[in-house]
Amino acid sequence: MVTAQSEVASQYNVIGTRPIRHDGVDKVTGAAQYGADLQLPGMLYGRVLRSPHAHARIVSIDTSKAAALEGVKSVITNADFPRASDDVIDTGEGSAQLNWLLDNVIASDKALYKGHAIAAVAAVDHHIAEDAIELIEVEYELLPPVLDVRDAMLDTAPKLHDGLKTGEMDGSKSDGDSNTASHLRFAKGDMEAGFADADVVIEREFVTSMAHQGYIEPHNGTAYWRADGTLDVWTSTQGSFVVRDSVAPLVQLSPSQVKVTPMEIGGGFGGKIPVYLEPLAAILSRNTGRPVQLTMNREEVLLATGPTSGTYMRVKMGAKRDGTLTAGEVYLAFEAGAYPGSPVGAGAMCALAPYDIPNQVIDGYDVVVNKPKTAAYRAPGAPQAEFATEAVINELAEQLQIDPLELRLQNAAVEGASRADGFTYGVIGNVECMQAAQDSSHWNSELAGPNQGRGVAQGFWFNIGFESSAYAQVNGDGTVPLVLGSTDIGGTRASIAMQLAETLGISAEEVRPHVVDTNSVGYTQVTGGSRTTFAGGWAAYECAMDIRRQMAERAAQIWEVDAAEVEYGDDAVIRGPADDEGNERSFGFKELAGQLAASGGHIVGRADVNKTSSGPAFATHIVDVEVDPDTGKVDVLRYTAVQDAGTAIHPAYVEGQMQGGAAQGIGMALNEEYYYDESGDLKNASLLDYRMPTALDLPMIEPIIVEVPNPGHPYGVRGVGEVPIIPPAPAIQAAIADAVGLRMNELPISPRAILEATLPEEG
Amino acid sequence: MQAVKYVRAASVDEASRLLQEGGEGARVLAGGTDVIVQARERTREIDLFVDIKQIAETMSIAYDAADGLSIGAAAPCHEIYGNETVRELYPSLVDSTSLIGGTAIQGRASLGGNLCNSSPAADGIPTLIVLEATVEIAGPNGRRSVAVEDFCTAPGRNVLESGEFVVSLKFPTPAAGSGARFLRFIPRNEMDIAVTNAATQVRIENGSVSWARVSIGAVAPIPLLVADAAAALVGQPLSDETIAAAAAASRAAASPIDDMRGSIRQRRHLAGVLTERTIRQAAERAAA
Ligand SMILES: Cc1cc2nc3c(=O)[nH]c(=O)nc-3n(C[C@H](O)[C@H](O)[C@H](O)COP(=O)(O)OP(=O)(O)OC[C@H]3O[C@@H](n4cnc5c(N)ncnc54)[C@H](O)[C@@H]3O)c2cc1C
Repeated sequence: MVTAQSEVASQYNVIGTRPIRHDGVDKVTGAAQYGADLQLPGMLYGRVLRSPHAHARIVSIDTSKAAALEGVKSVITNADFPRASDDVIDTGEGSAQLNWLLDNVIASDKALYKGHAIAAVAAVDHHIAEDAIELIEVEYELLPPVLDVRDAMLDTAPKLHDGLKTGEMDGSKSDGDSNTASHLRFAKGDMEAGFADADVVIEREFVTSMAHQGYIEPHNGTAYWRADGTLDVWTSTQGSFVVRDSVAPLVQLSPSQVKVTPMEIGGGFGGKIPVYLEPLAAILSRNTGRPVQLTMNREEVLLATGPTSGTYMRVKMGAKRDGTLTAGEVYLAFEAGAYPGSPVGAGAMCALAPYDIPNQVIDGYDVVVNKPKTAAYRAPGAPQAEFATEAVINELAEQLQIDPLELRLQNAAVEGASRADGFTYGVIGNVECMQAAQDSSHWNSELAGPNQGRGVAQGFWFNIGFESSAYAQVNGDGTVPLVLGSTDIGGTRASIAMQLAETLGISAEEVRPHVVDTNSVGYTQVTGGSRTTFAGGWAAYECAMDIRRQMAERAAQIWEVDAAEVEYGDDAVIRGPADDEGNERSFGFKELAGQLAASGGHIVGRADVNKTSSGPAFATHIVDVEVDPDTGKVDVLRYTAVQDAGTAIHPAYVEGQMQGGAAQGIGMALNEEYYYDESGDLKNASLLDYRMPTALDLPMIEPIIVEVPNPGHPYGVRGVGEVPIIPPAPAIQAAIADAVGLRMNELPISPRAILEATLPEEG
Repeated sequence: MQAVKYVRAASVDEASRLLQEGGEGARVLAGGTDVIVQARERTREIDLFVDIKQIAETMSIAYDAADGLSIGAAAPCHEIYGNETVRELYPSLVDSTSLIGGTAIQGRASLGGNLCNSSPAADGIPTLIVLEATVEIAGPNGRRSVAVEDFCTAPGRNVLESGEFVVSLKFPTPAAGSGARFLRFIPRNEMDIAVTNAATQVRIENGSVSWARVSIGAVAPIPLLVADAAAALVGQPLSDETIAAAAAASRAAASPIDDMRGSIRQRRHLAGVLTERTIRQAAERAAA
């Protein structure tokens, strides 16, 4: 691992170092409070009845027996909620239409996937709540399930939603009902000319399975509808403000009447942005006057929260003999799950993003199927789309007999290049990542044996900015409590605090970051989109600059000089003009902090930033695998992840993100899949059969951090969390091809899939 | 989970009586690594747990050359693979017991529980079969023993009658020149239920296989003893041809299902692959 200070970090005191995270001790000792740890006086326990069917009309629900059970305090269905409008709310890494959001939280007329919530109870303990849901009688009229995205797009397919039309980018809609909720197209250049210019054209089809984020902490939600009509919510979420703004309209309160306290969060990866249990807990609490807590078990998490889309994709690319890419045509059909809103748009923008290809058409389709409503999952949409395009790039490299990294370098997008969606890049580290991969010891090593192979792939992700706020006060002893609204999944208390410390010229330990509720900090968008260290750090920088200005003013007041003559240095020394005797006047940060109370009061800094810009992220991954041809098993032997972090604020956490993203991408590549039977029953809703890689399935993932500072950020930050999930699948696919000559264009590339592709017909 | 009564039986007779009185809703509790999960998930109606771990006979591991090895039905895996005699004379039991679950599960999980849970994919049973284990059963009518290959009758079902439970498993002392090996295939390197598993014991005398047993799991409603696979080996020196014939016999004996853990084709093929690999590795142990 990189331990030496990087060139970029050498200009800084705190940035680029590896202090112990502020929340570390609580987490390793178990003191940290996660959602299900919360205990409130008089609290009731809730449980959800879920649909056993993938597609069914709900004819009737009889809750009377459950309600009569001793210890049951309330039983609710969709009818207990106010009617929701079709208004759309912003959820940070996506959006939600309120009536669909409500119907996903608790079904109205139809159950649209196995596990869809039908009713909920609150009881004095878990066991009674479990008994009670078994007493709820539901009559279903079964409908044929629509499980595959291609089937769903057929005119003849059963329709999930009455009145759902296909929306086009120009605002027009299809005449008839459709399971295709929207179609988008990005295009530039002249496709005919592009393919005519090509010496080699490759066209391939790809299929990927739904895959779950696999965070270890299940969803939870606790609510207390207070006697004064306000609502308190506690939940493990990636965005407390998004929870507030989602729950309030569903229970007909204004956001100002709802206070959301984010609990510690045991992983989210995008999946903990939507609300599931919180609105149910709210209505159950309103009905009972007592706090109500709901938690999911693992089966419910897999059945009824938001995995990423399964897809059908087609890619056609052309290249000249010398390797110049001339045209790229991409077709993406993404499963949205039960309600519209797959990440196909992001997938479409990412598909060819690492390359400068003059002629491109990218079509995307958002399609509803009888599976859970998808949610954001780490670089939503990109791992699928870039799996397809990177696989074709690798195959082109092979056909053209050009080194796959050379081919990429030759066509790499650089500053000034623009994508089909019109975005033009500023300073990016695309080429730098490819070059660092070429220079790596891994790329320059030899494979050691038979059935081994090497693959490489590139990844691109936008990263986002948006709104973050920060408050900080200066204590008399010079420590600085920092108040944040970003829930901390990947070490962001530390990475934001470090940027405040850097700006003030104090140590990371002297800053004390706290994540607080929605009434105690300014609006802050979700922890998602790789935005938190970027935007939260920017808010911390502005907040620190506010403190610097006030500290300088205070020194001026104490010295009785003009504030313009006082300067707050980056070394945290506040210097004024020499006094009448010609003596230098200065305060250390601590020294001045100690005089604040007596000289007029304490100082509070604050900032709210809202950045539409961001710093795009690129990554290059190299993988060696060994395939057992007898069993179809793929072992990952060696893995190197190269990534442009802009500036690595806390390199250990950047490496952790790179390794974690690679681990999840390896999971999607090799074994993770939503395995349905024909009736739409998810057969592997447990972590036994939903096969995420374990520690024994992964080699050490070697991180190589590249730093091409983002000129659009005070400290050069780009987001780092998402891009590393993108290259693993295409890199592994290529490595398998290199090892045994088999190009697997369907994910996951499980042992079963490899054997099914290689075994002779039964005999 | 529903409310469940728990009783710790002090003797074989008490356990048997409690089980008989408790009827369908009474279950033996050994390590609990199957049955507590089933109770929590409400996949089995249980109202009484009869804990047998206080009964010395169900927890002991004993060996003498004449009678062979006896393993208490509730003895946890870690004590089995930690036992010196087992490590020396029955390394295939170490194969099985050290890959059931992980360290925490192995502190509790027993071979008796693995057998009585009677899963077609159980990782203990093929090894028990090739080691010629007998199942010592106690019940209201006294004791009886059953050959382990006759114990399971269907997924989750076995020959135990009302009030009966397994006290111990008995293994003959392996003859000179014997070796046994258990292997399973899972897509990951831990935490999985076997897609297919297999065990083989061979005895090699004067360069020729004089005795063999092959068992395959997760390819039929119960773990199978594949007599044809053994027949393909016995009476001949081990060769690529005899091994291939044994593997073909295993493939032919397999009648797997398609499910989320594996396809029919995959499992049938793996039955052959694992038969071949266990034969080769059992022979290596026989030679050692
Ligand atoms: C995380 C995890 C991983 C696992 N991994 C594996 C694995 O890799 N391979 C594998 O094969 N299994 C695995 N299992 C399943 C389980 O651990 C094994 O089957 C184990 O051997 C069961 O033993 P136990 O003592 O815990 O049985 P228990 O759960 O106590 O009992 C199992 C069943 O047998 C009955 N029973 C137990 N003892 C007796 C007896 N003496 N007489 C009559 N009936 C009895 C019980 O009533 C119950 O029905 C795993 C389980 C978990 C939770």
